[in-house]
Amino acid sequence: MEFPGLYNYWITIVLMMVGFYIVIAHDNLIKKVVGLNIFQVSVFVFYISMAKVQGGTAPILDAGIETYSNPLPHVLILTAIVVAVATTALALALVVRIRNAYGTIEDDEIEGQEDDA
Amino acid sequence: MIAAHLPALQVVVPLMAAPLCVLLRRPALAWALTLAVSWVVLAIAVLLLLQVLETGPVTYPLGNWAAPWGIEYRVDMVGAFVLVIVAAIGAVVTPFARRSVEHEIPRDRIYLFYAMYLLCLTGLLGIAITGDAFNLFVFLEISSLSSYVLIGLGKERRALTAAYRYLIMGTLGATFYLIGVAMMYMMTGTLNMADLATLMPAVADTRTILVALAFLTVGISLKLALFPLHLWLPNAYTYAPSVVTAFLAATGTKVAVYVLIRIFFTIFGGVEVFRINLIGDVLMGLAILAMVSGSAVAIYQNNVKRMLAYSSVAQIGYMVLGVSFATVTGLTGGIVHLFNHALIKCALFMALGCVFLRIGSVNIGDMAGLGRRMPVTMASFVVSGLSLIGVPLTVGFVSKWYLIQAALEKGWWPIAVLVLFSSLLAVIYIWRVVEVAYFRPAPEGGPAPAEAPLSMLVPMWLLTGASVYFGIDATRTLEVAGGAAAFLLKGTP
Repeated sequence: MEFPGLYNYWITIVLMMVGFYIVIAHDNLIKKVVGLNIFQVSVFVFYISMAKVQGGTAPILDAGIETYSNPLPHVLILTAIVVAVATTALALALVVRIRNAYGTIEDDEIEGQEDDA
Repeated sequence: MIAAHLPALQVVVPLMAAPLCVLLRRPALAWALTLAVSWVVLAIAVLLLLQVLETGPVTYPLGNWAAPWGIEYRVDMVGAFVLVIVAAIGAVVTPFARRSVEHEIPRDRIYLFYAMYLLCLTGLLGIAITGDAFNLFVFLEISSLSSYVLIGLGKERRALTAAYRYLIMGTLGATFYLIGVAMMYMMTGTLNMADLATLMPAVADTRTILVALAFLTVGISLKLALFPLHLWLPNAYTYAPSVVTAFLAATGTKVAVYVLIRIFFTIFGGVEVFRINLIGDVLMGLAILAMVSGSAVAIYQNNVKRMLAYSSVAQIGYMVLGVSFATVTGLTGGIVHLFNHALIKCALFMALGCVFLRIGSVNIGDMAGLGRRMPVTMASFVVSGLSLIGVPLTVGFVSKWYLIQAALEKGWWPIAVLVLFSSLLAVIYIWRVVEVAYFRPAPEGGPAPAEAPLSMLVPMWLLTGASVYFGIDATRTLEVAGGAAAFLLKGTP
């Protein structure tokens, strides 16, 4: 297996870890949502990469073409993208409401206010 | 023939009703529609269970696309049982919801509440009915997204942060599940659970499948709030509106336990996962930690809703413990506890909903003297509390009996002792409430709170009554749960 070999998967792993780290480490609620998005996108890349067949084309029936890529994971990911967009929209809406209620979107400041209350 | 389409209707009816609620807008109309739909859904679920008991698993190819290419709905004993649990809780919570929702949610948002409630119901039913691993993810997200909204509808501003944290954790969990599904698909090329089950043994020893199993387990454990991934749960349950807590506590985590069971015993049914990997031991260890720590932390809570939330963490421990035994007795205990705990917790949270309606607080200090002022509500709390502890003649006893038996069957008596110990801790926290409510004088002055309205008392007592009825005569539930356990374990001796 020559370099870069399965470099798609390496990118998936890097993106996944970057996203996961942002979700865990950042206090800013918007940044957390961004991290979550990166995390989800890494999984989408994973699905799309595994569907690729070496030398395969788009799955449109045509003369002279023998190998096709697998279209199913692509379709699955369309669904997953919709879910991810809905999740992001809801998360951002919650952040707006949190900002109205607390006057901040920093997790540690919110926690400080909650402890006082 | 409409009977042939019951599996599809089970999901489609509430799904279609949700946007209708938005169109109706008037709170009373939205409630009436939700009530009608939730009872229709229950009827369908019961019919499906009867059908399964009579003729075995029912399959339904969606859009007539044959499995494994199309999405298949598959109702077997376990699925049908969970469908009935979810639908029954939904049908009982809806009549309860009207007064409680009027009190806790701004009038102009009530129709949205019912729309979200129906969507949540759709998602939970969909999880229980689908036979497709990716379709399960979609339903999981439908139920999760709507439950984030439902929790965010809580009155206090902390409901917002609780919903936000749940959203982050829940989405991580769901994405983990998605990774697991991707890896299974890589190795087998199928998403159909029955098909996965047949193809799995051939590839079970590859590293990809082991990693997939790990992702699936962790992802679903986040959803079902298994210790130590339970941190979202206490705040979410505490600050959500009372109705939402009652509904989610009884259904949300239960359905996640069901997904866990599905993964281990259907998808990996032919592989005996628990023998090859450490997974059984890890789950058992975490379940025991959840049982003990959840109950112990519950003792120190002053907010009764939060106390019961921690108790839920402990109860989830019981269910996972049952699953981790991987014997018929253990699994029967786990599955029957799904049902029993749904009854108990829903009734307890309903009682707190009544209390909140009348005195505007669920802090233990404010509940002094309530035993005399709201006798019907508190009596229900006590009976359900006894059931939670596991006193004989209540459902809690039945499930614990089975769990202890399963532990003794394997000769692991320390686990049996720990189950009893955790129950003793439950005695302490339930007693704290009983003591304040019955033996402390009501505060002087101020208007005396009246009993909760009948529309809330009846559903609450229905559940309380059921938890006694099924405690005295458990043959029916045990027959179904035992059948389900045997069905799941037929792969493993």
